[in-house]
Amino acid sequence: MEKHEHTSEHSHGYSIYILVWLALLSLTAITVAVAGIDIGRFTVATALLIASLKTFLVLNIFMHLKSESKTFRVFVGVAIFFLAISFILLFADYSFQ
Amino acid sequence: MSSDAIALGSNGQEPSYLDYKGKHSGLLGWILSTDHKRIGILYLCALTVFLLVGVSFGFLMRLELISPGKTIMDAQTYNSIFTLHGVIMIFLFVIPGIPAVFGNFVLPILIGAKDVAFPRINLLSWYLYMIGGLLAVISILLPGGPADTGWTFYIPYSVRTGTNVMLALFAAFTLGFSSILTGLNFVTTVHRLRAPGMTWFRMPLSVWSLYATAWIQVLATPIIGITLLMVVVERWLGVGIFDPALGGDPVLFQHLFWIYSHPAVYIMIVPAMGVVSEIIPVFAHRTIFGYKFIAFSSIAIALFGSLVWAHHMFTVGMSDTGQFIFSLLTMVVAIPSAIKVFNWIATLYKGSIDLAAPMLYVLAFIFLFSIGGLTGVMQGVLSVDIQVHDTSFIVAHFHYVMFGGTGFGFFAAMHYWFPKMFGRMYNPRVAKIAFWFLFIGFNILYFPMFIMGWLGMPRRYYDYLPEFQSYHLISTIGSWITVLGILLMFYNLIRSLKSGQIIKEKNIWGGETLEWQIDTPPIHENFYEIPVITSRPYQYKDNEEVITHKEHK
Amino acid sequence: MSSTQAAEVHVHRDDVGSRMGMWLFLFTELVLFGGMFILYSVYRFTYADDFHIAAKELNTVVGAFNTAILLTSSLTMVLSIIAIQRNQKSLSLLMQGLTILLGLFFMVNKYFEWTEKFHHGIYPGSEELLAKNSGEILFFGLYYMMTGLHGIHVLVGMILIAIMAVATKRDLINHSNYVRLENIGLYWHLVDIIWIFLFPLFYLIT
Repeated sequence: MEKHEHTSEHSHGYSIYILVWLALLSLTAITVAVAGIDIGRFTVATALLIASLKTFLVLNIFMHLKSESKTFRVFVGVAIFFLAISFILLFADYSFQ
Repeated sequence: MSSDAIALGSNGQEPSYLDYKGKHSGLLGWILSTDHKRIGILYLCALTVFLLVGVSFGFLMRLELISPGKTIMDAQTYNSIFTLHGVIMIFLFVIPGIPAVFGNFVLPILIGAKDVAFPRINLLSWYLYMIGGLLAVISILLPGGPADTGWTFYIPYSVRTGTNVMLALFAAFTLGFSSILTGLNFVTTVHRLRAPGMTWFRMPLSVWSLYATAWIQVLATPIIGITLLMVVVERWLGVGIFDPALGGDPVLFQHLFWIYSHPAVYIMIVPAMGVVSEIIPVFAHRTIFGYKFIAFSSIAIALFGSLVWAHHMFTVGMSDTGQFIFSLLTMVVAIPSAIKVFNWIATLYKGSIDLAAPMLYVLAFIFLFSIGGLTGVMQGVLSVDIQVHDTSFIVAHFHYVMFGGTGFGFFAAMHYWFPKMFGRMYNPRVAKIAFWFLFIGFNILYFPMFIMGWLGMPRRYYDYLPEFQSYHLISTIGSWITVLGILLMFYNLIRSLKSGQIIKEKNIWGGETLEWQIDTPPIHENFYEIPVITSRPYQYKDNEEVITHKEHK
Repeated sequence: MSSTQAAEVHVHRDDVGSRMGMWLFLFTELVLFGGMFILYSVYRFTYADDFHIAAKELNTVVGAFNTAILLTSSLTMVLSIIAIQRNQKSLSLLMQGLTILLGLFFMVNKYFEWTEKFHHGIYPGSEELLAKNSGEILFFGLYYMMTGLHGIHVLVGMILIAIMAVATKRDLINHSNYVRLENIGLYWHLVDIIWIFLFPLFYLIT
């Protein structure tokens, strides 16, 4: 029954959330630190990579995407795909102007 | 499909949704109703009004263009009229169109559900639609004058002009929000509320269409939401975003605008294709050919349709690489649409064709949409587009697909589901006469635009060279015949609401989908008992419950 | 699902469907901000140096601090849900309250950031701003638009959580019916995710 789906899933307690929170804070610190280093072309990519990692944690653990049915993960994939393809095709124009 | 032997209900045990008495009665019982069927009717009434307003603007435009120079209005007025014609037709008729009216009415029934997933949000969608419509109307009436930017609101003019652009932008934003909520509702409904036994591949094809459309509504609409919002902020607060005077890039506005507005045309056409897939098997007395291909093509159109937007921008200064990529992708997106057309024609082959009104509109759809679609592919060729961009060739193209396609699909749906929705039958002869006026008028109205566009007649131009006059004259006469057809069609339908022959039979057309197995008109909760689906859809065979009346055809 | 649904007998609740609707709404928010990120990416690509100069006006410490605040509010938000699942009503209420407080803290910081800039004459349409390079004008246009819209979303979120807190207090949200709190939580996390991207892109351009 749907109503009881969650209770059994999350009996592993509060600790996972605290851990993820600490990871998120650490990643934020890393992002700030890395920004101080000059890595030229890779600056944006690194910042985005770390941001994506943080997002992955928030999505899967805080937003419980990991414990939802596969449909939800496909949904998220579709949405991200739409955004990504818009960026990519847009730059297909702008990077060659 | 066959369903449980348990009767899905017998006539008269419960009042129809039209007579149902809920918490509220009278008018309140309608505008506060969360019944998807009543909401569909509310949309139908509003859409009809806005369609007629949009048609009137088109009629006036054609009157102005009957001869060069000023005919009945000045240039500024003309600019506003074509802007509002576009805004009203696109945002208030064609985009909401089939999903808001027929999707709402029929989708839950087609999947064996009692309502959509979020009935109150459904009602909210309608309220937002009405507010958006109201804002659009107000923008016409307030001092400052109606917007004159074209429905595309291109920068920099949309930031410079003193007309009521802000109101028009807010109208479009609100209407977008309405569309988003409908899409969100339909996706959840199809995932969560299908009757037991109705697997994805037992769903009717119109459900596949509405589902694919719903995804585009959810994902693409917010882009135009934010883009229009940014124009509002730029106009209001002088924030530098698109304005070239502040370093902004007007072409970037166009990119963002079309990232929504191209998928938007698939929001417009895919539901109409779904309607065609429903109607053809019934009136050809044959099972649909290539069910899975049609189902997947709906998804493919939604997918590929998000990849081609810049083909609206070939002449604005894009990079060559960008142009090549988008031109190539444009060729690809035509393929799933063509697959549908081939499957429909294959369904007709060796069928026993009944030329009832719904079928006439559907056959016309195939013809007109093919012309529109093929000319679209022509425009996707870069060298051709340099020639025809911003000419009336483009205008003809999109009217063939949006009007000849979605419009005729909408009219087909009206004539198909009208008896089920209202328990009344319209006059079939008058319906057919109206159809022929509409079809013949349509081609006389728009075909000359292909020719004069090819020869160089620009679009959105108030004046033109004398060499184009005969084409314009023919086109305007076509507009009169078209409008006559539209008026006759609506007169027939509206009159029949009160004095049409009463229909009590469940299945006057011999359809195989669930709406034809329930009461006419449906009861409040659609089904006395939710059916259990045990076979694939559209098994066209003799069905004892079918009562086909020759006089309805 | 059973073969017949006697819907009149028990109220049919679909928590999964409810969350599905919320996720779909979140996609629209994602794309809404995504449109502005698209703008940002093109302008940064075009005006890389101007963006670098303009970004110096922003205070990295405040930005990082605000990031930490929002991340912590995400923690308190999800903890409030776990708490209600375990029938720990007061803990849930405490967490909801903390989330709102942290949101308020974020907004206060934002307020000081913005007013400081106004004080330096950097606001949309100001003479000072218009005298700068195109790329800088665009940077600040985007900065105000994006953090502004984000701030509005934070405010709305705070109000919604407050409404949830009242409902929790009245036991309308309880350990067997908490999908509304989950949905507001999902919204709040998305607002956090947007900031996760805003922060490096505006504050950390070296």
